[in-house]
Amino acid sequence: MVELVVFYFFGAVLVISASMVVTIRNPVFAALFLVLCFFSSAAIWLLMQAEFLAIALVLVYVGAVMVLFLFVVMMLDINIARIREGFVRFLPFGVIVALLMLIAISLIVGSGYFEMKMPAAPASAVSGYSNTTELGKALFSNYLYPFEVAGVILLVAIIAAISLTMRKPRSSKAQQPSLQVKVKKGERLKVLHVKAEPKQDQGG
Amino acid sequence: MIVLSDVLILAAIVFCISVAGIFINRKNVIILLMCIELMLLAVNMNFIAFSYFLQDINGQVFVFFILTVAAAESAIGLAILVVLFRNRQTINVEDLNSMKG
Repeated sequence: MVELVVFYFFGAVLVISASMVVTIRNPVFAALFLVLCFFSSAAIWLLMQAEFLAIALVLVYVGAVMVLFLFVVMMLDINIARIREGFVRFLPFGVIVALLMLIAISLIVGSGYFEMKMPAAPASAVSGYSNTTELGKALFSNYLYPFEVAGVILLVAIIAAISLTMRKPRSSKAQQPSLQVKVKKGERLKVLHVKAEPKQDQGG
Repeated sequence: MIVLSDVLILAAIVFCISVAGIFINRKNVIILLMCIELMLLAVNMNFIAFSYFLQDINGQVFVFFILTVAAAESAIGLAILVVLFRNRQTINVEDLNSMKG
């Protein structure tokens, strides 16, 4: 019973805030409503005993990605009025497509093949069960190679984002090997002819 | 008790809302990126639901990877957006036609 109330409450919050994200005028508010979406779906994930992923969703998405979004929205000076034109024109089209998709999906999903109840004896009922431990065991045994690839993807993303946004005149000093190789002896080395002078008396 | 199809229908509703958002906000690249994040969230919710109702941890592993890739994708997308705005002073999709694609 409690699960039902929690599920429907957070589901309603999720649907309402998702529809605010796509319809609200100001992109800053859209980003904030997206934060609300992530929070309410993290609550639903907690209900389904995916504790690690729920926390990771809040930390990674709300803590990092949405802050990035807010930074970009506030940094760019956007002309909202120009960007909103065509909103009303495409509204019925978008709603019709979305409704058709929703009807198609719910015909399949609600057809009785997916009426599984919540498991009566979940694995988490055993004392000492930890979702994070189980996820880590799967991640570092069966999925070790994809895990490494995910790390490489993150590295590529860091390098790409930094090199894309770096301004042209670099302040860092760098070697240019081609210039180093091309240099001739005459450009660097100068032979001075110094006239020999007679040795002075030794001081005393 | 909630059944599996409740969660699947909730995820389908969120997915369809974000599809509609892509159609009606087709001028604004930032909102488009947000709609993509929302779609990935709906898909992740399907994975979590199946993982819980079938008692199989592998679904959560996939959600983990999707979260990783989505974070990388949005970081690169926003970087491209910043460079684009610096060069063109606009993020309107209709002005970005220099490649005549």
